[in-house]
Amino acid sequence: MIEVQEITKQYGDKVVLDRVGMQFNKGKITSLIGGNGAGKSTLLSVISRLLSQDGGVVLVDEKNVTEYKSKMLAQRLSILKQSNHVRLKLTVRELVSFGRFPYSQEKLTKEDNKMVDRAIDFLNLKEIEHSYLDELSGGQKQRAYMAMVVAQDTEYILLDEPLNNLDMKHSVQTMKIMRKLADELGKTIIIVLHDINFASHYSDYIVALKNGKIIYHDTTENIIREDVLKDVFDINIKICEFDSKRICNYF
Amino acid sequence: MEKALVLRRGLLTALILLIGSVALFLFYKMGNSWEFALRFRGIKVIAIIVVAGCVAFSSVTFQTLTDNRILTPSIMGFESLYLLIQTVIVFIYGDQTFKVLSHVDNFLISVTGMITFSFLLYLMIYKKGKDNLYLLLLVGIILGTLFSSLSSFMQLLIDPNDFFIIQGKMFATFNKINTDLLWPSLVIMVIILFIGFRMAKYLDVVALGRDQAINLGLNYNRAVKIFLVFIAILVSVSTALVGPITFLGLLVTNLTYELFKTHKHSIIITACFLVSAIALLIGQFFMERVFNLSVPISAIINIIGGFYFMYLLLRVKKL
Repeated sequence: MIEVQEITKQYGDKVVLDRVGMQFNKGKITSLIGGNGAGKSTLLSVISRLLSQDGGVVLVDEKNVTEYKSKMLAQRLSILKQSNHVRLKLTVRELVSFGRFPYSQEKLTKEDNKMVDRAIDFLNLKEIEHSYLDELSGGQKQRAYMAMVVAQDTEYILLDEPLNNLDMKHSVQTMKIMRKLADELGKTIIIVLHDINFASHYSDYIVALKNGKIIYHDTTENIIREDVLKDVFDINIKICEFDSKRICNYF
Repeated sequence: MEKALVLRRGLLTALILLIGSVALFLFYKMGNSWEFALRFRGIKVIAIIVVAGCVAFSSVTFQTLTDNRILTPSIMGFESLYLLIQTVIVFIYGDQTFKVLSHVDNFLISVTGMITFSFLLYLMIYKKGKDNLYLLLLVGIILGTLFSSLSSFMQLLIDPNDFFIIQGKMFATFNKINTDLLWPSLVIMVIILFIGFRMAKYLDVVALGRDQAINLGLNYNRAVKIFLVFIAILVSVSTALVGPITFLGLLVTNLTYELFKTHKHSIIITACFLVSAIALLIGQFFMERVFNLSVPISAIINIIGGFYFMYLLLRVKKL
């Protein structure tokens, strides 16, 4: 389980995270929602040690992340940020193989190659596995990076706005893969989402942040309510039920 | 896989070319006293190998750390510091310089000076908790400019005759290599490259960017610091041995990236080393045989490097 306690982060005088505490459920998808500057991405970066907090601790399986060797932590927790670019000539398969770096560094074993194959199949990248990354479209590139995370085979997967720059088709595809990762492989996924409808449709739990604090955290149906969302986003949101899923209309 | 085969063949071709250029350089028109010629030229070949190793590893690593293909470590002010040290020495001792300080002393002072400078620079930046490589570069640029200005100022004050001593140091040359310095340089280069090579896989991960590198379990800050220290040592050694030459790095790294399409730093660094050595050997050969020693090799490198730089800016979309 991932647990954060009293996380505080400040930039100068501005408090971005204000004593945030939270436990994330295993084997489920938890979405982080909230307006710009609410602290969602910062929280994700702190959990994944990309950013160091000013106070508080992050526990992964009851152990402080600072006590892990970086290599060991990389076998338990992976993070995918929104902007990724590589200057070097790299094929999709080579990128996905990097997912095995925490285990075998650059010398891949048979086992590793199997995991790489599985990840490539999982993301439907078989046809383009030998293409160079700089020849791919944004959606394909995103999928290649996700395959790398799948190959990394960590219990916990953190994603920072994975739907940015993706069209509808690819956004839906991405979220379906997330669902598959949680349901079929039992992964714990924490994901920062901007589109409330994606959060409503695909996540099990939702955590809402505002001004650096968690103001709500509950199951999806308890969060996707007009009064709660109005409080989170400060706009009026109408909710209608469609195929037993709640859709928010905020236009 | 086919790609691995192509790369291996490329490396092999480069190696054969290198052996060919070494042979050409050593045995072309040896004359009567072949023992003397061979010894004389052998020293140059070894010096070229040392410099090629230093330039290849430091430039490729630096470009990966900064994620930029048009930078070389000279941006951090190493060379301006080297010239400042030389200027200060001449400023103090004047025409007595060579009597007071041996080549070995000068080498030691320069190398220690440059390495201390880089350590202070790193400490200053990292102690403030700003693990920001770009800040480091910008501070390096500014200090480099400061050093250059100080040097120019002192050069104006000294005796014009003494200035010639400094002028000799301003351009890289393989013509007056001191054998006493060659072996220690070679040893340092081999040691650093040996360790650096074992760490080349970390460079592959660093090239994916900071976030990805941390995600994949690399202790990013520590790795960057270690590589920066290696760069400082290698640049100091090659500069103190032959003079400012890191502009060569820009030329050879980009040529290597053109020729070897891979993300594996172990291959890129090896290839870059071979390319650098070939370029230096052929450059030196032409300088000796065609230009009759009238043009310093760093001038040739800078002219070709300059044109290549323009080409990169104009033709290549992705730098």
